[in-house]
Amino acid sequence: MAHDMTVDAAHAHDEHHESPVVFGFWLYLMTDCLIFGTLFAVFAVMRNQFAGGPTGKELFDLSGVGIETAILLVSSITYGFGMISAHQNKLGTMRMWLAVTFLLGLGFLFMEIREFSHMVAEGNGPDRSAFLSSFFTLVGTHGLHVTCGLLWMAVLMVQSTGKTVLSERMMNKLTCLSLFWHFLDIVWICVFTFVYLMSVI
Amino acid sequence: MLGKLSWSDIPFDVPILVGTFAGAAIAGLAVLGLITYYGKWGYLWKEWLTSVDHKRLGVMYIVLALVALFRGFADAIMMRSQLALAYAGNPGYLPPHHYDQIFSAHGTIMIFFMAMAFMTGLMNVIVPLQIGARDVAFPFLNSLSFWMTTVSFVLINVSLFIGEFSQCGWLAYPPLSESQFSPGVGVDYYIWAVQLSGVGTLLTGVNFFTTIVKMRAPGMTYMKMPVFTWTIFCTTVLIMVAFPILTVALGLLGLDRYLGMHFFTNDGGGNQMLYLSVIWAWGHPEVYILILPAFGAFSEITQTFSRKPLFGYNTMVYATCSIMVLSLVVWVHHFFTMGAGPNVNAFFGIMTMIIAIPTGVKIFNWLFTMYKGRVEFHATMYWVIGFMITFTIGGMTGVMLAIPAADFVLHNSLFVIAHFHNVIIGGVYFGYVAAMNFWFPKAFGFKLNEAWGKRAFWFWFIGFYFAFMPLYVLGFMGMTRRMNHYDNPDWYPWLLVAEFGAVLIACGIVCQLTQLYVSIRDRNLAENRDLTGDPWNARTLEWSTSSPPPFYNFAVVPTVHDLDAFAHDKEAGIDTRAAGADYQPIHMPKNTSAGFFVGAFSLVLGFAAIWYIWWLAAIGLIGVIATVIARSSNNDVDYYVPVSEVARIENEHTRNLMAAQAAE
Amino acid sequence: MKKKILPRLSSLLSLSSAFLLAGCDWDTLNPKGVIGVQEKSLILTSTYAMLLVVVPVIVLTLLFAWQYRQSNTSAEYLPKWSHSNKIEIVIWVVPSLIILFLAVLTYQTCMSLDPYRPIDEEANVKPIHVDVVALDWKWLFVYPDEGIATVNQMAFPVNTPVEFRITSDSVMNSFFIPQLGSMVYAMAGMQTQLHLISNEAGNYAGESANFSGRGFSDMRFRALALSNDDYAAWVQKVKASSEQLDSSNYPKLAAPSEANPVEYFSHAEPGLFDGIVAKYNNGMVMDKSTGKMMHVQSAMSDMNMKE
Repeated sequence: MAHDMTVDAAHAHDEHHESPVVFGFWLYLMTDCLIFGTLFAVFAVMRNQFAGGPTGKELFDLSGVGIETAILLVSSITYGFGMISAHQNKLGTMRMWLAVTFLLGLGFLFMEIREFSHMVAEGNGPDRSAFLSSFFTLVGTHGLHVTCGLLWMAVLMVQSTGKTVLSERMMNKLTCLSLFWHFLDIVWICVFTFVYLMSVI
Repeated sequence: MLGKLSWSDIPFDVPILVGTFAGAAIAGLAVLGLITYYGKWGYLWKEWLTSVDHKRLGVMYIVLALVALFRGFADAIMMRSQLALAYAGNPGYLPPHHYDQIFSAHGTIMIFFMAMAFMTGLMNVIVPLQIGARDVAFPFLNSLSFWMTTVSFVLINVSLFIGEFSQCGWLAYPPLSESQFSPGVGVDYYIWAVQLSGVGTLLTGVNFFTTIVKMRAPGMTYMKMPVFTWTIFCTTVLIMVAFPILTVALGLLGLDRYLGMHFFTNDGGGNQMLYLSVIWAWGHPEVYILILPAFGAFSEITQTFSRKPLFGYNTMVYATCSIMVLSLVVWVHHFFTMGAGPNVNAFFGIMTMIIAIPTGVKIFNWLFTMYKGRVEFHATMYWVIGFMITFTIGGMTGVMLAIPAADFVLHNSLFVIAHFHNVIIGGVYFGYVAAMNFWFPKAFGFKLNEAWGKRAFWFWFIGFYFAFMPLYVLGFMGMTRRMNHYDNPDWYPWLLVAEFGAVLIACGIVCQLTQLYVSIRDRNLAENRDLTGDPWNARTLEWSTSSPPPFYNFAVVPTVHDLDAFAHDKEAGIDTRAAGADYQPIHMPKNTSAGFFVGAFSLVLGFAAIWYIWWLAAIGLIGVIATVIARSSNNDVDYYVPVSEVARIENEHTRNLMAAQAAE
Repeated sequence: MKKKILPRLSSLLSLSSAFLLAGCDWDTLNPKGVIGVQEKSLILTSTYAMLLVVVPVIVLTLLFAWQYRQSNTSAEYLPKWSHSNKIEIVIWVVPSLIILFLAVLTYQTCMSLDPYRPIDEEANVKPIHVDVVALDWKWLFVYPDEGIATVNQMAFPVNTPVEFRITSDSVMNSFFIPQLGSMVYAMAGMQTQLHLISNEAGNYAGESANFSGRGFSDMRFRALALSNDDYAAWVQKVKASSEQLDSSNYPKLAAPSEANPVEYFSHAEPGLFDGIVAKYNNGMVMDKSTGKMMHVQSAMSDMNMKE
């Protein structure tokens, strides 16, 4: 992008003002936040609609969810380390941290899928009651986001392989994924609090 | 292998559909044949279908909108004809199964693919030019948005010939739209089409908000932004707030249908009232998403053809912003009769009527823009004046509906239909058509024929009153919407009048098509060509470029000194273009086919999911992901336009300008 | 231009006056009960209030466009003028005052015309109760006090408040008798309420005001407002019917049918309405007087959704 041509000061404004990518992605995240907000509102309406089926208290295993939470929180930290390495242009270290984050995310997903399949196997799937519909949808939407994040992370690891310097475009992508990953962490804290903790207490 | 799909899903037994299909197929083949005959495939592909140029995408959006208008209007006139026939025991020519699909498709198409596409097209063509930018913030996403919208429209039309469309109205209220009561694929077509187009709209919202915030020309502070850009700015905010909610509403309905969940079902703890709340939390802002840009267009046109700056610019901006905020807190007025308490109803009723204040102020602002001006009765001004009269009446009936106790007898009646057509035709449609007439020379370099434009206006204007005033009356007579037949003798004459109005509107559409044809035919006549780039002596930056503008819009990014930057420059004798300046290489995005392919694979995904053909759906989904990854891995996405090329294009326009000045 | 606009304006005005005069015959503008009467006057009052600004706007639009047309070079032209505090104040204040007036009106009528509020104009008359069930595609009326039920026809004495409880055993519908006033949605698993009254004997059209599918257009009923004697005779006529309605033959009635004829049932199983509501709520129904959920013992509620 940074060519060796000479640009006068007035023109530099046009070519070199900060890339709108991160700002735009941040806006997208806000719209995503509204999706989750609406899903939380729906859950709030449905949380007592058990239709004779099991309640959250009977279904949720807080210790498992606690481990999931811990894994996701740690993965946010490891991604942060990855970003620090990226800024220092230590690409090998960055890929290592990304790989750790990836594995943690995978672990989180694995636990979530195990919880889901357990519930479905016991006849408490999303078609059992409105409460379970909204539970599976809210938590599942988060899980879907994590899956997308993992796919994206894998792509970025591949794309950065063999590079010695991160291009501005690559750096933007890493920053966006970083925002995305931390955002998912925050959403999960809300899920943990409003869905799991409040159903059990 | 083919899921639910079988031969019996092709409606060979409905002559109207077979005829339509034959017509569409012949017309389609003719177009494809002509493209092949003239060897234009390469041009079409390289210059248009894969284009990331906002002006070309805008034009394609508007073409899409006009096609959708055609389809939506065909639905409309079929409904009116049915009701002009189906009286006193006569079943009419459309059985409920068919009629219910038609009114559902009419609403869905007119809102999502006519109005939204038209609005997006206008903002694409105009906004970057108006703020002095060379493109939008994310040109590739812009192309992607267009293709998502287009494939959704294709999907809706596929439902004509393969299977059926939804029979649950344009918002598909559950539980009627649940699989218990609508087991067919109609609602699934509806869900997929609207969801896919929603992706496109949301990306457009993010894209243009970013563009306006980050890419305005130096000196263009927020309070120096043209009013049209202001309205688009507020519209994009509403898009970003409202469309995620729509995504959730339809997503949950889809989960109910596909996975047997219980969000809005009668049983299992479902709550149908929740759907109404969620869908209208999108639906009401949506109305303002459509009307605000029309307000913006009216403002630009009125000031240009009154030869005066807009009266009360600041007020206009504040009014626009307050409408934006208020539109988010009024959605309950769509279901006052659902048994909410009087306090809730009163709150939402009063919030709704408060919107009438800033809206009224806007009307007065346009009035006082004409006041002590020199009003030129250009065809676009006809639409403006027609709008001011018609929209005022629509606003009045809107406030009536906002009073809960009055709504108790008017809700869901034809009065409501008359009201929203009153504001959507009289406001949104008139505005977009006026905008198209106004900005057409900017996009194409020649003007639209005025005589045919005025004829179109008169047919639309008079046709509107004949078509919809009777519906107000029928609403008072207790006729509810979506009826297929009736036996009340008092209704019959009014429905005949409405049918006559629909025929007049059809004439209006024919006039518009003729206008396009005549204008293209006569495009090279001296009086039609726009060599200066400023055919109306207008006030904003887009008119400082050539018509059509160079693909990079501005060789030198203009510096804005005042509101109505171009008017200021003309007066101060500043050359906004800075012709002959020391040009620099211009950084531009390269065209890409990625948007087209993401759209195409989404179409495959949607179609396959509608018919439960899961292997095909998997191919579609993988195709989408693979295309996105391929695009992300491609680093050859931009280039620099060399100075020699910029100078060549600019000098040519300078010569045109000088020739035009010499001719005067 | 003038030739075109002026006749149009006058035709518009004559249209609107014809509209208000002819309005006397139109159902909702020709109400037969106090609720409808109040709603009509609300509609008219609010319309007049808004015409105070709507008419000037339309007149000024045409006037300004004509007066300041390009060819009229004698008119004053101020090419720079774009702001006036005085005008701005007027254009904000006048609409605000009208809306303020309408807001007060809205608040008052929201309270007085709340469909859930019992009608107190006839406080000394004992109201009659009608339970309404929207079915595919017909209306079932259950008279809990009389123990009878009817389909697509209902009756009640004049000058007697009618208390409706409304639900649906299918999709969403809206219960509406245009000449008596307010409508309310009918939704499965829920009971909405409505209070209406007729002050004149008559045979009024009733309909569903919310699209409900294939048979929607024929989902109509007649509402008979009868003198006390005629009402008693009507009840006797229903009671003379050989048909009875209970949980065994209810599913047959509830099955989709189009353009259903009027039916009378001399006996309706007690708790039928509660059972229909409760079957979507795990056997629970809300008690109207206490607002609490209660369990319903009824064959209906046990049918659940399995049918």
